Amino acid sequence: MSNNVLAKSEWVEEELFCLNTGLKMQFMLLFSRQGKLRLQKWYVPLSDKEKKKITRELVQTVLARKPKMCSFLEWRDLKIVYKRYASLYFCCAIENQDNELITLEIIHRYVELLDKYFGSVCELDIIFNFEKAYFILDEFLLGGEAQETSKKNVLKAIEQADLLQEEAETPRSVLEEIGLT
Amino acid sequence: MPAVSKGDGMRGLAVFISDIRNCKSKEAEIKRINKELANIRSKFKGDKALDGYSKKKYVCKLLFIFLLGHDIDFGHMEAVNLLSSNKYTEKQIGYLFISVLVNSNSELIRLINNAIKNDLASRNPTFMCLALHCIANVGSREMAEAFAGEIPRILVAGDTMDSVKQSAALCLLRLYKTSPDLVVMGEWTSRVVHLLNDQHMGVVTAAISLITCLSQKNPDEFKTCVSLAVSRLSRIVSSASTDLQDYTYYFVPAPWLSCKLLRLLQCYPPPEDGAVKGRLVECLETILNKAQEPPKSKKVQHSNAKNAILFEAISLIIHYDSEPNLLVRACNQLGQFLQHRETNLRYLALESMCTLASSEFSHEAVKTHIETVINALKTERDVSVRQRAADLLYAMCDRSNAKQIVAEMLSYLETADYSIREEMVLKVAILAEKYAVDYSWYVDTILNLIRIAGDYVSEEVWYRVIQIVINRDDVQGYAAKTVFEALQAPACHENMVKVGGYILGEFGNLIAGDPRSSPLVQFNLLHSKFHLCSVPTRALLLSAYIKFINLFPETKPTIQEVLRSDSQIRNSDVELQQRAVEYLKLSSIASTDVLATVLEEMPPFPERESSILAKLKKKKGPGALPVSELEEGKREGGGELNGGADRGNDMSAAASNASTPSPSTDLLGLRSAAAIGSAGPSTGSLLVDVFSEAGPTALSSGVNDEGFLRDLEPPTESSDSLLIEAPGESDSEDSAPPLPESDELLNKFVCKNNGVLFENQLLQIGIKSEYRQNLGRMYLFYGNKTSVQFLNVQTKPVEPLVEGGAQVQQVINIECLTDFSEAPLLNIKFRYGGALQNITLKLPVTINKFFQPTEMASQDFFQRWKQLNLPQQEAQKIFKASHGMDIELLKTKLLGLGCALLENVDPNPENFVCAGVIQTKAQQVGCLLRLEPNAQAQMYRLTLRSSKDTVSKRLCELLAEQF
Repeated sequence: MSNNVLAKSEWVEEELFCLNTGLKMQFMLLFSRQGKLRLQKWYVPLSDKEKKKITRELVQTVLARKPKMCSFLEWRDLKIVYKRYASLYFCCAIENQDNELITLEIIHRYVELLDKYFGSVCELDIIFNFEKAYFILDEFLLGGEAQETSKKNVLKAIEQADLLQEEAETPRSVLEEIGLT
Repeated sequence: MPAVSKGDGMRGLAVFISDIRNCKSKEAEIKRINKELANIRSKFKGDKALDGYSKKKYVCKLLFIFLLGHDIDFGHMEAVNLLSSNKYTEKQIGYLFISVLVNSNSELIRLINNAIKNDLASRNPTFMCLALHCIANVGSREMAEAFAGEIPRILVAGDTMDSVKQSAALCLLRLYKTSPDLVVMGEWTSRVVHLLNDQHMGVVTAAISLITCLSQKNPDEFKTCVSLAVSRLSRIVSSASTDLQDYTYYFVPAPWLSCKLLRLLQCYPPPEDGAVKGRLVECLETILNKAQEPPKSKKVQHSNAKNAILFEAISLIIHYDSEPNLLVRACNQLGQFLQHRETNLRYLALESMCTLASSEFSHEAVKTHIETVINALKTERDVSVRQRAADLLYAMCDRSNAKQIVAEMLSYLETADYSIREEMVLKVAILAEKYAVDYSWYVDTILNLIRIAGDYVSEEVWYRVIQIVINRDDVQGYAAKTVFEALQAPACHENMVKVGGYILGEFGNLIAGDPRSSPLVQFNLLHSKFHLCSVPTRALLLSAYIKFINLFPETKPTIQEVLRSDSQIRNSDVELQQRAVEYLKLSSIASTDVLATVLEEMPPFPERESSILAKLKKKKGPGALPVSELEEGKREGGGELNGGADRGNDMSAAASNASTPSPSTDLLGLRSAAAIGSAGPSTGSLLVDVFSEAGPTALSSGVNDEGFLRDLEPPTESSDSLLIEAPGESDSEDSAPPLPESDELLNKFVCKNNGVLFENQLLQIGIKSEYRQNLGRMYLFYGNKTSVQFLNVQTKPVEPLVEGGAQVQQVINIECLTDFSEAPLLNIKFRYGGALQNITLKLPVTINKFFQPTEMASQDFFQRWKQLNLPQQEAQKIFKASHGMDIELLKTKLLGLGCALLENVDPNPENFVCAGVIQTKAQQVGCLLRLEPNAQAQMYRLTLRSSKDTVSKRLCELLAEQF
């Protein structure tokens, strides 16, 4: 039994390795200073188990680093680029030969997008409107590659969707909202 | 209120999230979640049909629960239902759920694909984008099967909206990476390239990622993208910071697009078109210039974006590796960053310089920063930066700075982080070996390594030092002395005891003359460590003891006493007990002769790639080492080997293979069909199709090829001759050009006649040769290093069968007809694992092999020297000593050369003079040699005079490589 588990996880690592030659960004994680995961976006197919293992390991590694240290570190055969904004850590995994600085600015642009959309974003916005955070990310990055880097264009797309939403919604009773009906 | 709450009505979700956040413990959270899951389950199962809004809300709650890290095993169907909703928000949540939680439930996939198909056909750009995002997020094979044909059409259709094009490009990229076979190139590919010209910067940004990936796999088909990319880049680089409006990021125009363009160009060699190339070089220069301009903003985003482009440009410059001017400018720029106050920039500069160090144009420029890098290794506060500094030191190391770098790395090791110690140890060991000019320095370094970081010294490292000491007799005495001293430390690492035991057991006699290290002192020192060591080390020490009995008969009673003690002879460990019993018996019954034979000094280890280099490669992956190093492997200096145990394995593998040949792995490698018949075995499994030929250059220098090949040619014109390419007929495309290292290999044999000529993973070629006058005989031993049986189809000179692990022998008779300077070529072809192996080596036959030594007195020597006074009769070279200036070693080499070493001829006793006659069939050429060492400058002056100018010249060339 334990042998099986080992074989499985080795296989998964191999899979991750194979895919390294492909995607630019492998995954993006947002987590709090307390180590709570707030957003996870995976651009490589991994099992849930492997995703949890990676998350645990990385959160631990990044949180252990001191403030003035550099924003890049080698991890397995990937490179981690991270930056802290207030209580949240934004953390991306890229391939070894990829450009670290531009990835750092990908993070920053995403933060700007969230900030503009939510109006001075804080961790709570991302917790309560997690689906919006995912939608904004999809407009900005697709498949791990920058799709649209203009702040205006991304926000325009999201606002248009919000307009569609507004037209579609009709007000509901409070009881119904809470889920008591 | 944030904009988001405007239309968002899922208050139930917000309440649930608040509840979870208010949970005081993990148990409370799980309880709350289970309650919610039960509620949702009952809603989904209930009789009352749920409206779209409720479905959306519950699906979103499930998603939230899943993202918290809990398992979700239902709700997929409801999510799929949302996909076909007409309401955008419901559709959106449905797609999000599917993107995050899809599994390969085949029925669901069909439903999902169906919904996607409808949305793609809807002509509603918002719906189309949602569907494309979903495909890109999931990227499964099933989706590739369904949509790989459709998406290229959407991408290049004239009426597709820009935002849809962007999503389609990246969606296609994802599918291409998952299932490249399903994305069929076609008419659309050329139109994709032209998206680089698109007016919409967002479309270019998305499309270029796709184009880069496609170019990597099909470079020819996408070649046109190079000039398009260059002109796009040039427009961006030369634009003012406001020109690109929202694509300007902190005063930097389109940084993401610029980086992607520079990355795309790295898929191709430098542009051939002069105009395109000129424009590109201009761009790169502009980027380098901008780095020197004052920043337009103090924000870190500005400098990051600017430097991101700069680093990508430097990568391109390194990739081209053809513009010395740009390479040196890049290096200077990185040099500035090495001292930057931003840790990130220091890190990246160190990393980027590593690749610059491997370019011949910038290697020297990188080396000038050595002090800064060493300082970084000592003072950086972040281990990842220190690691980069260590990597760079390793990359910039060469003969000129090896001692300094190794010393710095050693001293850093004392305080190095545990995480990088093992790698550092390997690197130090490799550098010490690779650049060892004198091997006592090498021995000191490795022993220091063991002293400082014993725990991190892997087996490979201490095996290696023993291999080298055994193979180099000039360092054995020193090694024995040093290890003896090291063992005197009160606490020494077990690895030190292993090295000490092995070396004293072999070479303890070299220091036994000194009463401070007399045999008994040596033994007592080793034995004082015995009880602190693990079983394998104790076993090694027992072997060292029995070797002592042979080296120093006077220690026999003491050692026998030790072996006889209960703690040895009745040891609970069976290996130790057996050794004690057998060694005791051996020492008491065997005669001195037998003992001397059994316990003879270990023979030199055969050369092979350094096992530590292999280990580092394995650790870091092949990309981690500069290419030159991989190829160089490790040729200079001492021999190599993996330890006796390895050899044992080889032998047992050979033995077992002989009894069970595996026909399935045998391969047919015949050069012609006719040969099968002639060779006999119709199931001809193959191998060594050996034939030898004189290279065309040998022809031009007047060598009669046949003289070299006499024995290889069959005596009569039998069918066998089909197998042997007649030298004149062999076309050059058939045999590989000589290996790059073949000259170096040749040089190894100038002063010796026996040894290993060549070795790779499959084949080892050993050589034994003897010469008399103008004749020579060479025995070539082809060793099959694999465990696979080889069958030889060439029956004449070589045994027909080459067993796994076995050897066959080939004899070549050589006759020197006239003097020559190019060595004959030896071409070996065989098939292994289906691949034709084609190796061309230079046969180590050099003109000096035909030397007859001539003894003469001082007077005669100088008389002849003066006679040979025509300028062309003399050849002279002044060169730096590359192997140390040990007198005994020099003498051995000169004697190995084949001429007579004349004593008391030169008035300066430091100098060497030699005389001999080169015997060829056509003529005899008298040669005189004078070698003047200058120990202070570590230089030699070598002068050769002979009656034939070509001979003087050639001998001078050959010899200059030897000292």
